[in-house]
Amino acid sequence: MKIFLFAKRNTKEILRDPINLFFALGFPLVLLFLFSVINSAIPAEANNDMFLIENTAPGIATFGTVFFALFSGMLLAKDRTTSFLMRLFAAPMTAMDYIFGYTLPVLVMAAIQGIITFSAAALLGLPLSVNMLLAVLVMLPIAILYVGVGLLCGSLLNEKAVGGICGALLTNIAGWFSGVWIPLDLIGGAFKQVAEVLPFYHGVEAAKDAIGGDFSGIIPHLAVVLGYALVFYGLAILVFRRKMRGDGA
Amino acid sequence: MSAIIITNLTKKYGALTAVDNLNLTIEKGELFSLLGMNGAGKTTTIKMLSCLTQPTDGDAVLLGDSIKGNANAVKQKANISPQETAVAPNLTVLENLEFIAGIYGQNAETSGKSAKEMSSRFGLDDVLGKKARTLSGGMQRRLSIAMALISNPQILFLDEPTLGLDVLARRELWASIRQLKKQVTIILTSHYLEEVDALSDRIGVMTKGKLVAVGTSAELIAQTGTTNLEDAFVVLSGGVL
Repeated sequence: MKIFLFAKRNTKEILRDPINLFFALGFPLVLLFLFSVINSAIPAEANNDMFLIENTAPGIATFGTVFFALFSGMLLAKDRTTSFLMRLFAAPMTAMDYIFGYTLPVLVMAAIQGIITFSAAALLGLPLSVNMLLAVLVMLPIAILYVGVGLLCGSLLNEKAVGGICGALLTNIAGWFSGVWIPLDLIGGAFKQVAEVLPFYHGVEAAKDAIGGDFSGIIPHLAVVLGYALVFYGLAILVFRRKMRGDGA
Repeated sequence: MSAIIITNLTKKYGALTAVDNLNLTIEKGELFSLLGMNGAGKTTTIKMLSCLTQPTDGDAVLLGDSIKGNANAVKQKANISPQETAVAPNLTVLENLEFIAGIYGQNAETSGKSAKEMSSRFGLDDVLGKKARTLSGGMQRRLSIAMALISNPQILFLDEPTLGLDVLARRELWASIRQLKKQVTIILTSHYLEEVDALSDRIGVMTKGKLVAVGTSAELIAQTGTTNLEDAFVVLSGGVL
């Protein structure tokens, strides 16, 4: 009950900020449209499938979830610095009420964002199939990873620093190392090797495999993402609980 | 009857002793003010009493429940209005009130009713539908205290409740706090001596984590041989007149 009350409050806080709304829903659609325009400008004889909707849609949908690190981190940092969290810590709520209260709204928003992005992609030529729903499910572990990063940063840093790390830094790292902007094979070398160690590329590949119906290909990529998600989400819970027990908010 | 019994309460952060062996009893319905310079240990004391941080040593019993042994029971009986306004900025005034009522276990119907009662008590009726971030500083403070009271606490901690308010807003808030006297046990911290003088039944002065004096305003003035509370506070805090 308290989890849902807190989740409802957090949903309102996030969605009533127009900038959040733009990045959550508008930005992936803008990217999708831009990549579609670029693709239509490439002549068929060029044989370049880089900007085909089957490749760009899963990448953009997965990349779009990176903003949820920013939303959850900013919300938690703001709650801490304005002492709103101190007020809540004085209430009879458990650590799980807080953790899930911050996480649930973001996961629901990530799923809705994925559905909207794939629906828009369908209008731009992506064949409609149940695989889209699978892709949305596959995106959730990476959304959990981003929520974990956001909550970890929000527990430790102020709003400005969270904006820098979860906004500017993480979105760039996630964008470049996921292969969404430029396929990793085009760059190759050490860059590709680093990208393959990080979770961003694997998140996108898992979503691509889901859309393409390559179900056996999903698991290895998802395993890497889940590993990172467990580590960061686990760390976020540890730090948050320490804040709760220790020196207030 | 005692509402709060504090015994040897101590909080250490590494080598720093923020609160040092505090012993104090506060009666039911009393408004007790904690005075002290910055870093004297007032906020740390309030944080321990409201179960926001655990004592290093000692204990406090609030209406029969220990802050160490039964924090959840203490949390049901007490509430806090922190130093900052601590409201949810994108929620309306009504939503803020209903949300806090809800997390203290009130159902939707009771939450709505309590929110209306609180808004009328604190003069928030005209701004119920406005987002908290659009309110003036004074209105946000009123909302903050209304949020602390909506859970019907028997003990209320007010940490610098009028910080940053203009004279008129401060006087309005004093009137609201006076209405609570005798119904709720209140522990108040403030840097404004005239506020403490006007509102308190008793005053405690903390210096470097220690409670160095307790009494009514008149008693503290008599004890220090001064003519007003500000001078008494300066003397008790080790300052020079």
